[in-house]
Amino acid sequence: MAFYVVQFLTGLASAASLFLVASGLSIIFGVTRIVNFAHGAFYMIGAYIAFTLTERFSGAFGFWGGVVVAALAVALIGVLVEMVLLRRIYHAPELFQLLGTFGLTLMVEDLVVLIWGPDDLVGRRAPGFKGAVDFFGQNIPSYDLFLIVLGPVVLGILWLLFQRTRWGVLVRAATQDRDMVAALGVNQKWLFTSVFAVGVFLAALGGALQIPRDAVHHAMDLRIIVEVFVVVVIGGLGSIVGAFVAAVLVSELNAFGILIFPKISIILVFLVMAVVLIVRPWGLFGKPEAAARKTPGLTVNPWRPLTSNERLAALAALVVAAMLPLFAGNYALTVGSEIAIFVIFAVSLHFLMSVGGLASFGHAAYFGLGAYGVAFLAKMAGLPMIVCLLLGPLLGCMGAAVFGFFAVQLSGVYFAMLTLAFAQIVWSIAFQWVGVTGGDNGILGIWPEKWAASPSHFYWLALGVAALVTIALRIAVFSPFGYALRATRDSVLRSEAVGINAKRIQWTAFVIAGTTAGIGGALFAYLKGSVFPDNLGISLSVDALVMVLLGGVETVSGAVIGAIVYKALNIWLVSQTDLSKLVLGGFIVLIVVVFPKGIVGMLEILAQRRRKSSPPGSSLLAKPIESAE
Amino acid sequence: MSVAPPLLAVEGLTKSYGGIHAVRGVSFSLRSGEILALIGPNGAGKSTCFDMLNGQNKPDTGHVRLLGEETTAKKPRDIWRMGVGRTFQITATFATMTVRENVQVALISHGRKLFNLFGSAPNFDRGEAGRLLELVGMGGYAERPCGELAYGDLKRLELAVALANQPKLLLMDEPTAGMAPRERVELMRLTAQIAREKSIGVLFTEHDMDVVFEHADRIIVLNRGTLIAEGSPAEVRSNPQVQAVYLGEGLLYEAEHREGASA
Repeated sequence: MAFYVVQFLTGLASAASLFLVASGLSIIFGVTRIVNFAHGAFYMIGAYIAFTLTERFSGAFGFWGGVVVAALAVALIGVLVEMVLLRRIYHAPELFQLLGTFGLTLMVEDLVVLIWGPDDLVGRRAPGFKGAVDFFGQNIPSYDLFLIVLGPVVLGILWLLFQRTRWGVLVRAATQDRDMVAALGVNQKWLFTSVFAVGVFLAALGGALQIPRDAVHHAMDLRIIVEVFVVVVIGGLGSIVGAFVAAVLVSELNAFGILIFPKISIILVFLVMAVVLIVRPWGLFGKPEAAARKTPGLTVNPWRPLTSNERLAALAALVVAAMLPLFAGNYALTVGSEIAIFVIFAVSLHFLMSVGGLASFGHAAYFGLGAYGVAFLAKMAGLPMIVCLLLGPLLGCMGAAVFGFFAVQLSGVYFAMLTLAFAQIVWSIAFQWVGVTGGDNGILGIWPEKWAASPSHFYWLALGVAALVTIALRIAVFSPFGYALRATRDSVLRSEAVGINAKRIQWTAFVIAGTTAGIGGALFAYLKGSVFPDNLGISLSVDALVMVLLGGVETVSGAVIGAIVYKALNIWLVSQTDLSKLVLGGFIVLIVVVFPKGIVGMLEILAQRRRKSSPPGSSLLAKPIESAE
Repeated sequence: MSVAPPLLAVEGLTKSYGGIHAVRGVSFSLRSGEILALIGPNGAGKSTCFDMLNGQNKPDTGHVRLLGEETTAKKPRDIWRMGVGRTFQITATFATMTVRENVQVALISHGRKLFNLFGSAPNFDRGEAGRLLELVGMGGYAERPCGELAYGDLKRLELAVALANQPKLLLMDEPTAGMAPRERVELMRLTAQIAREKSIGVLFTEHDMDVVFEHADRIIVLNRGTLIAEGSPAEVRSNPQVQAVYLGEGLLYEAEHREGASA
């Protein structure tokens, strides 16, 4: 019995940091409507700076002062970030905001390694809370008891701040209707900046307070941000009480999940989240979001099929690509194969995201499932390669059918978070179910058969499949189904009013996209000769998003160009610098801020300007379409 | 002796929110080719009533029947399949698609080709799409992106989309809201003409009394959730109860001024 009580108290103590970070994220979202992916990065910087300060200055004052000063310093960094970056993307589609702040996270990951080194840092224990309390023979660290008290205290302080101060009233008003607050003459800019500073302060404080419990390391940002997403989604974005309750719930699920299902402790939390999202999509304490302003940066430029000249040009490009083995070496061909596979991956996400308006943050799950599908069939069933290639993607198809069914019940940020959570479930299964998936060691020795074994043959195979997939999806865009899918993206209300079952259309698109991604994954398994949990990890999902964005989210086939440029750049960068994340992150931020229309989108605009073929604007009374910028 | 059921029959429709009775026991019917206006002051229950007809909202009690077939508690898309087209108070169109594509989507749905992955949508029923656009006077705008249309043109496009499944009934929620006076008259004249030619029943809600009295064959008046009057425009105009709850203040104002002028 005492053991369970102690376990419960440990859970409560873990909830404190989680609550601090989650409430910060929630407050920021409430006012600015930005889901700050970089929140985990601020948490991490908070921990690192606190580590440095508490090592430098001794004594109780040195420790507690260090923790607070660290949080304040990070809040200042937050203010800078808000003024330099976020102010430029408040009116961008939420996808760009998520990506922009993700780019920031990547940069921070490299920066902390640069400054503090790659090793785990073990901080010192908190003065005054070094011992443990005996509880019926079980030890409870007294620092845990401090944290248990701290959580409700912070909740109380925040409550007072929001209920009793003028600033708090403004924040609550802006959370309900920021346009109205602006119309009342409140200086939006500084309100947003101060809210962001408070949110970041809470995140950094959460990180700083963790140092007596956990080692400080450069991957702690992603771990916390995924948990925090889960917390705010369960609690309801924008609700602080919700963040508190959900933080406790999630921490307890973690604490007891390990006892009940040691193998799948991570999954338990995500399952609870999935159930909450389906039953109460706006979270336990959140409110249903009023239909916000139309978010996707929709183009006014209508899509059309390629003209015959353009088709010839595309065919010529394909022929040139097919001649690569005549003059390139094996390494270049392997890179070429990898690029072709990522073209498949990118166009599959593009179909879901651009045509269907559903930005998935967990698309790698289906890519990876395709790869694992091949691995199972080839290694366990010993089937021939061609059969594996045909059947392997079915695992991606099945995953997409199951998860897609739930995901399309939601839209916008919630869709993004749910797809991310599902991808994490799949990842944790691959990671933890060692008996079947090999866990971290993956499944090795999946080599192509003789007919496809040479680099040039494999390259032709990958190129051919990539071309087929791209063409098939293009046909689908201009098929009756493609029109219906675009219709649901533009207006669910109107779609339903003309007899379209919007969710079923979107679900179908999800399955198509997942299966296609699975095809890419199947080829990838043969290219690498192995599969690992990383093949369905977050960073691969983000790669896909960046490829689509880089090519141009508003174009029909920009993802092809995006995939080629991004992958080539990525491979080259990794070979050139150790700071690839820093460069990549900066690159993402740059696209989001400067080139939101992507490469192909920019080219289209240039071509249009040159043609000057826009018809005389007789009815420019038209309601302005919010552009992506 | 069996009488053919009316196009639309509404019986005892009731909806409450908490203690507030938004709609109480509303009954009326509509014939094919008839244009019926549903009016009432703000908060009278027009929108609630309207939403229960088109499936956006479910009544607590009561029935809605289309040609004798129950539509109560059906989804909007199923009601559309039964032959009910609708337009929205704030236009809902597919903003990134062209005018023609907007109509084609409705035609694709009507032809039950929504899950066809390999056909050519740009060529789907082009002729019919063109005819519908000509009908509402939008033929010259077919290739224009919907997002750059003026508001009045969007309303006409919505009408074309609503006509794509050859509806028996059109539900129009404030069809002329937000339009210039001349556009209002044009749109309603067009609607009336199409309704009579194709024998389509039209139910519309409207705040503009000029539009209502000029174009409606019959008017029903809601106040505080109950039906207080029903009849021809002339009958409704002279109904003292309607004047009291709806036009009351306006008449008083006028009367006062007349008195003031004569004194």
